[in-house]
Amino acid sequence: MEPAEKIIQHAGGVIGVSWLMIALPLLGAAILLLGGRRTDRWGHLLGVAMSLASFVVAVLAFVELIGLPEAQRRRGVELFQFIPGMVDMGVLIDPLSISFALLITGVGSLIHIYSIGYMSHDPARRRFFAYLNLFVAAMLLLVLADNYVGLYVGWEGVGLASYLLIGFWQQKPSAATAAQKAFIVNRVGDFGLAIGIFVIWTTFGSVAYGPVFGAAGGADQGVLTVIGLLLLLGACGKSAQVPLQSWLLDAMEGPTPVSALIHAATMVTAGVYLVVRSGAIFELAPTAQLVVTIVGVVTLLAGAIIGTAKDDIKKGLAGSTMSQIGYMMLAAGLGPAGYAFAIAHLITHGFFKANLFLGAGSIMHAMNDEVDMRKYGGLRKFLPVTFATFFIGYLAIIGFPLLSGYFTKDGIIETAMHHSAILGWLAVVGAGITGFYMSRMVFMTFFGEKRWADDAHPHESPAVMTWPLIILSVGSIFLGGYLILGNTFMQFLAPAVGRPAELPVFHFFSVPGLATLALVAVGAAFAWMKYGRAQVPVVAPRGSFLTTFARRDLYGDAINESLFMRPGQWATRFAVFFDNRGIDGLVNGLAAMIGGTSGRLRRIQTGFARSYALSILFGAAVVAGALLLVGNL
Amino acid sequence: MNGIQPPTIEYGQLMPLLLVFGAAIVGVLIEAFAPRYLRKAIHVPLTMLTLLGAFGLVIVQVLRDGVPTAAVAMGAIAVDGPSLFIWGVILVLSVVSVLLINDDDNFVASAAAVPGSPDEEEAIARGGAHTEVYPLALFAIGGMMLFAASNDLLIMFVGLEVMSLPLYLLCGLARRRRLLSQESSVKYFLLGAFSSAFFLYGMAMIYGYAGTVDLGGINDALGRVGGQDTLLYLGTALLGVGLFFKIGAAPFQAWKPDVYQGAPTPITALMASGTLVAAFGAVLRVFWVALGNLDWDWRPVMWGIAILTMIVGAILAITQTDIKRMLAYSSIAHAGFLLTGVIATGEATQNANSLSALLFYLLAYGITTVGAFAVVTMVRDAGGEAGHLSRWAGLGKRSPALAGIFAFFLLAFAGIPLTSGFFGKYAVFAAAVAGGALPLVVVGVVSSAIAAFFYVRVIVLMFFSEPAADGPTIAVPSAGTAAVVALAAAATVVLGVYPQPVFDLADAAASSLFVR
Amino acid sequence: MELYVPILVLAVLAAGFAVFSVAIAPITGPRRWNRAKLDAYECGIEPTPQPVGGGRFPLKYMITAMLFIVFDIEIIFLYPWAVAFDQLGVFGLVEMVLFIVTVLVAYAYVWRRKGLDWD
Repeated sequence: MEPAEKIIQHAGGVIGVSWLMIALPLLGAAILLLGGRRTDRWGHLLGVAMSLASFVVAVLAFVELIGLPEAQRRRGVELFQFIPGMVDMGVLIDPLSISFALLITGVGSLIHIYSIGYMSHDPARRRFFAYLNLFVAAMLLLVLADNYVGLYVGWEGVGLASYLLIGFWQQKPSAATAAQKAFIVNRVGDFGLAIGIFVIWTTFGSVAYGPVFGAAGGADQGVLTVIGLLLLLGACGKSAQVPLQSWLLDAMEGPTPVSALIHAATMVTAGVYLVVRSGAIFELAPTAQLVVTIVGVVTLLAGAIIGTAKDDIKKGLAGSTMSQIGYMMLAAGLGPAGYAFAIAHLITHGFFKANLFLGAGSIMHAMNDEVDMRKYGGLRKFLPVTFATFFIGYLAIIGFPLLSGYFTKDGIIETAMHHSAILGWLAVVGAGITGFYMSRMVFMTFFGEKRWADDAHPHESPAVMTWPLIILSVGSIFLGGYLILGNTFMQFLAPAVGRPAELPVFHFFSVPGLATLALVAVGAAFAWMKYGRAQVPVVAPRGSFLTTFARRDLYGDAINESLFMRPGQWATRFAVFFDNRGIDGLVNGLAAMIGGTSGRLRRIQTGFARSYALSILFGAAVVAGALLLVGNL
Repeated sequence: MNGIQPPTIEYGQLMPLLLVFGAAIVGVLIEAFAPRYLRKAIHVPLTMLTLLGAFGLVIVQVLRDGVPTAAVAMGAIAVDGPSLFIWGVILVLSVVSVLLINDDDNFVASAAAVPGSPDEEEAIARGGAHTEVYPLALFAIGGMMLFAASNDLLIMFVGLEVMSLPLYLLCGLARRRRLLSQESSVKYFLLGAFSSAFFLYGMAMIYGYAGTVDLGGINDALGRVGGQDTLLYLGTALLGVGLFFKIGAAPFQAWKPDVYQGAPTPITALMASGTLVAAFGAVLRVFWVALGNLDWDWRPVMWGIAILTMIVGAILAITQTDIKRMLAYSSIAHAGFLLTGVIATGEATQNANSLSALLFYLLAYGITTVGAFAVVTMVRDAGGEAGHLSRWAGLGKRSPALAGIFAFFLLAFAGIPLTSGFFGKYAVFAAAVAGGALPLVVVGVVSSAIAAFFYVRVIVLMFFSEPAADGPTIAVPSAGTAAVVALAAAATVVLGVYPQPVFDLADAAASSLFVR
Repeated sequence: MELYVPILVLAVLAAGFAVFSVAIAPITGPRRWNRAKLDAYECGIEPTPQPVGGGRFPLKYMITAMLFIVFDIEIIFLYPWAVAFDQLGVFGLVEMVLFIVTVLVAYAYVWRRKGLDWD
């Protein structure tokens, strides 16, 4: 396989102006942020228009790319010199990046449209659309840049946008805290990514994908492993993988479309993109690859377990997001055989998870922003469209045969099984747990008795909100089969990431596939017994040790607190102590060095001009003395 | 009695300088003859047109004649590439600062009135401010230009004084917190006079050594004169002290926080940007042109000063509670970063690299500084500007746009990528590494990290603290102030995202180095 | 080192004179005390009593002194020109006129802003 070597410079056509994809939403954000109240009236329409325009450019670029022979489907467009002599900014259009661009702009546009309805009562709707546009622009920069520095800029940009959006309802202290938490946890990952890029620069003398991947074969394996692990650290932060997962659940404080856009469909997949894009490095560093798969498996199980215990519908979905990205990460660590499945699952997941999140938003819209599933129940009659679309999303995510998730998730499990039986079976177990918690969610929400609050009057959402749901659920049904059967997507992606030695064949009745289905069925049945048929208590029961464990996010916060926060606080306290005592001490030390006594220089702080003059005099004496000393050596 | 030739003076090349001084003198005449109510209406357009005109002249000169290669006015003034670039920078910063000065609320109506006295009450009630501010500022700006372009120690001293004397006065003209302002003025004057004396004494010693005050002549004398080294070293040290005082290098930095805090904020902006640029121009001329061949001797001492300056600026800033004092310490730290570039001498290409990096840094830092001080003028409570940091708590909730811009300026000071500060630091540190000053750069990066802490602390304070119930209000900015903030923010972004054109310009200005 | 000998001698002479003057005065001089001798010396006028907590005091003498210095320096510049004006020609004349005009501007400012009025 020969990924990433030949990037053909492209001129003209839609690809030649593909930077418009980034520029248009950025322009939208700028207009909306700078325009102020004047743009309040039509701001949301501009936001939607910019996102749609970006989508149109992406589609046209995609068509143009498809029209080229396979060997020429890596097109670079040079833009400008970013850091002289170091980074030339450019756009790389290849099957991988265009897949992401289509997902980001497509799902993004639907979410924009949905937000018109969802945020219609919010006085700051314009600002919301500005942030959404900013997010889309940054995310597109992340995937379209042809070098690591451009990727990093986009990476930080989406971090900023997500921070702004999570904390959008900043009047809620919990939202402000969640925003900070997301920001800080992401900093840890970003730090890793930044160092990784530094190492890439010192190793290869370039940060552009072409030269770096071209030279990767000649680099030391130890260095490549280090780079791989650092990049993985960055990916863990952005994609909420263990051990940097803790921010994602809190991030649900943001408005629901945000959760859908950022924390389900797009931003959290940036880590997967990074690992797949850097495939050339990971393939030469088996240790790093192994760590990627381990992180993926641990996360897919952890996320699923967390999902089983959450009563908050959005947090339940967040746990599930973690888990699904764990699957993608697992696949991304499996080399070329896994890449196509990772990205395919990422795309189908983008559809059905956005569908589920927006469905959750629609339910909340109907239930006065109630998020506790214990206060739902029996909603299917009142929200028919939402129920139907949510149910399709549910079937897709648990891997119901012939729906999207079935094909892509099964592909990952099969590939993992092929690679290592342990990984494969753990992934199967994860699928079983998915079956349980998603069924639990559906039963608690749509079936059983009404457990509503007294003032709840559920009603179906307006068309501007339901249509995106319908479109997304169509994708949730068919996309997986289309991508996987006959290896369509693998063939398409091959020019960017290479293809495995032998193409996989999709078996409808393989052992792991059947085992998965069986486990999912057991999970769903178990959920039906506990939550569908039986009474669901409105107040959560105390639960066993295991339930508590899961409810507390597997003690992720507690671990963070004792491992990082406490020492951090100690360090801060020490710094304050140092401020109070140490600074004076240092000033005194300086004084001693300058030749006066400590008292003299401390008096400098008192503000007497005479002391200042004295310090100048001492300084002059020292400078003169030093010069004489140096000169006469 | 024969042999006295009338000197030749290249008026064309000196035109920007002469224009600024001429306008300043006209300004004095306006003060003398125009009625009080008309003065400001005449001064403001005159000052702005003068500065813009001078800037235009600089550009015309570059476009028409390119970079001159010989000193003018009988070798007294060097209008070379660096000079022209520095002139341009000073003029841009001055235009922006004058826009700030234009804001009515900053200057006292009667400087002589005792703070809190009935006289002062009356003067305030009568309204209006000292309009002498404009000619004084023009004199100071002219002095800065002369200071940075002088090719002769005597002219340099004249420039130093013409720059400093008006600034001493201007510092005492703050409308509010009069005592603090007057104190800063007297302090600045006393210490400035003290440091000028050092400069003068050093100059005398150098003259005693070299027999000339011409910068190039001094350099020539370095190899020729023997047995007078003590005189040379003492002269170098004293000359250096005078210059280090002006840039605020440790241990000569003590005046900076007091003066920056007390002076009217627009004047602080002018000092923190324009004076720093001019003073660095002079530092480069003295140490690179006059003492270039002595670099093995002054370099170790300058290492010490640069390290001390960076550390003192960064560490003392942490414990500051006043926003202007904090910015003053930050300016001290930045002076230290700039000194690392001054130290990075070597071959001609290396010198050109360092010089170009310094020029870029000065421009980037100057503009951001003016913008930051412009924001400071807008955050006010009952007693004028709300200087104490605790008053800035929660500003982000009350006025997100302004707080956001200020946060952006702070990030630029900290040198975060995508701001002009990043490229400034990057360029200077890269040049320093190439010049073999790696340990200095390490200290620089460490103190940058310390400095980033207190910048971020302000950002955290603004955005994550609950606002005080009686917190400061945001003054509705005058068109001038708004323009300053917008311009500075735009420049900080543009220089941070697409610095190439300005880098090219600085390269071109630095490529021929200084004329001798 | 020879270079510094005259300077050293001058310094010793100056110090010697100062010490001598201070030391000899109480020994040889007559001792007749009056109030004026104990007052601070302020250009021959009544010393201004300092109000409690500081206050305003007239700057008249200082302004006069500063104006004197300005014109004094003008004369110092005029003198060398007067010696060599024939060789400097028109150039010298123009420069000197510019210089005097500049000083006159300051003079006009002082005059118009009532710096020359005693009260």
